[in-house]
Amino acid sequence: MAEAQNIPAGSTTAGSIAVAAESTVATRMSAPPSFDVADFPVPHGREEEWRFTPLARLRGLHDGTAVASGEGVKVEVEAPEGVTVETVGRDDERLGKAGTPVDRVAAQAYSSFEKASVVTVAKETVLTEPIRISVHGQGGVAFGHQVIELGAFAEAVVVLDHTGDAVLAANVDYVLGDGAKLTVVSVQDWDGKAVHVAQHNALVGRDASFKSVVVTFGGDVVRLHPRVRYAAPGGEAELFGLYFTDAGQHQEHRLLVDHNTPHCKSNVAYKGALQGQDAHAVWIGDVLIQAAAEGTDTYELNRNLVLTDGARVDSVPNLEIETGEIAGAGHASATGRFDDEQLFYLMARGIPETEARRLVVRGFFAELVQQIGLPDVQERLLAKIEAELEASV
Amino acid sequence: MATLEIHDLHVSVEAENGPREILKGVDLTIKQGETHAVMGPNGSGKSTLAYSLAGHPKYTVTGGTVTLDGEDVLEMSVDERARAGVFLAMQYPVEVPGVSVSNFLRTSATAVRGEAPKLRTWVKEVKSAMEQLQMDPAFAERNVNEGFSGGEKKRHEILQLELLKPKIAILDETDSGLDVDALRIVSEGVNRVRGTGEVGTLLITHYTRILRYIKPDFVHVFANGRIAESGGAELADVLENEGYDKYVKGGASA
Repeated sequence: MAEAQNIPAGSTTAGSIAVAAESTVATRMSAPPSFDVADFPVPHGREEEWRFTPLARLRGLHDGTAVASGEGVKVEVEAPEGVTVETVGRDDERLGKAGTPVDRVAAQAYSSFEKASVVTVAKETVLTEPIRISVHGQGGVAFGHQVIELGAFAEAVVVLDHTGDAVLAANVDYVLGDGAKLTVVSVQDWDGKAVHVAQHNALVGRDASFKSVVVTFGGDVVRLHPRVRYAAPGGEAELFGLYFTDAGQHQEHRLLVDHNTPHCKSNVAYKGALQGQDAHAVWIGDVLIQAAAEGTDTYELNRNLVLTDGARVDSVPNLEIETGEIAGAGHASATGRFDDEQLFYLMARGIPETEARRLVVRGFFAELVQQIGLPDVQERLLAKIEAELEASV
Repeated sequence: MATLEIHDLHVSVEAENGPREILKGVDLTIKQGETHAVMGPNGSGKSTLAYSLAGHPKYTVTGGTVTLDGEDVLEMSVDERARAGVFLAMQYPVEVPGVSVSNFLRTSATAVRGEAPKLRTWVKEVKSAMEQLQMDPAFAERNVNEGFSGGEKKRHEILQLELLKPKIAILDETDSGLDVDALRIVSEGVNRVRGTGEVGTLLITHYTRILRYIKPDFVHVFANGRIAESGGAELADVLENEGYDKYVKGGASA
């Protein structure tokens, strides 16, 4: 059920559970999914999928004026034995299997990229070391496409690291074979001016497990669209996210879990902290349980912690159910405020202001960080949270 | 010996039609080892006195002085006051989601004592203090004040009092909302701290009930933003029988 607590001024928390004959998740998009940018009109900002996004700051990614420059981003893949890393052309048949672009920028990325990277883990290969993909911005405009494919019963951890400065539109496909287990950590640790708009598509095979951890700290505008579909019954998806939105930053996470197949599970938990003037976080959580998806078990949650005045959160969970034969479905969204009374209480116990803030923010993220299950990522995250607090409090 | 001296304290709050004066010249001296009960009707400014001493930003001091052993308390930030030895047990303790009681207590003790308490002795110290206040050990893992009952919140305040060992303890209506058992347990906690002789206690209350458990050395009647009358413990008995009427009727011009 939707709940809203302590909503600070300048934030919205809306929620709905719809039992619909026709999917509003699909119909409220301004055009059906397509690989061709020409199938999407140039957005003007009032469309449902763009209404929170500052189009003027997308540096032309949405209207065709952004043109790839040579010095866009540098992609490096560091992979342990048993992994195949290839750079392929546009006609490679493995591209675009996990999902189709759903908005104009994703379609622009698909229409504009020249080379894609394909990382394959052969069936039954269990990696003990993570695959590290570094996407380093070099100040230019880039359109990217990446595919990570796991064969049946393969297991891998992928860390996708975004740093530097770039204007990047990209699609990333995760294809999981039957029984495969994939954990992907996508870290958006951009420099202050970067613009990053990407669609991440996961196609989860029979009895496969997909875990996505999205961590967004940097950039001017980051808009990510993690999406999950199931290729066969028995799949599980866990989508965790953590963001720390500072003054002037726009960080938008739009999720879709499409329960199109019976007996699949999904669990979504995103948490964000905001501080500073015009820090803006947007979270859209769409979960669709189609008529065929009996036995679905799903839960989604978004929590926001507003640390200062001037920040804004828009949180919209949306659960759409077309069958009553499910194991469970729920959602929750709440935006709380670290207020003067909490600060006073902690300070009245001798705790200095910066330490008090740190205590509250650490506590807020702790449970989620523990769920990631990758000690080195967890440590890096905690260090990053500390740095964020140091920098701006 | 620690002494808190309040002299001619004037405090205002921001109201709709400009600042409104609530404290109108409070004089009070509290020495280590003494217990002062400040009693008064609702709206007389008792809580304002408590929060002003702790430094709540809502209250503006417009005149007067507060010193702790000669140090200017009003110049100190909220956390500095706490570290200097002023403790406020709040009437309405604040929920702090995401921060566990155990983490909070340790962070607070570290700040007030100036160094992190040694883990082994600390665990023992907290455990025994919680036992004495009849608090379930599972309490330590809950978030600060989140979902606590009224009685649990007050025990948690007194637990902090026992662990932080302040020089001056201000207890703001600690008795409100407590049943007889909880009142007894909380009062015993206060008395353990008083028993050390190291704390000066300012007990703010509306009712005389708590004074059956915590015997004050001095009783002050608070009305219209200042102390209207002071006396010994016997003054509480007079108030018990006669109420606050004669002070309220006296008004600001009294």
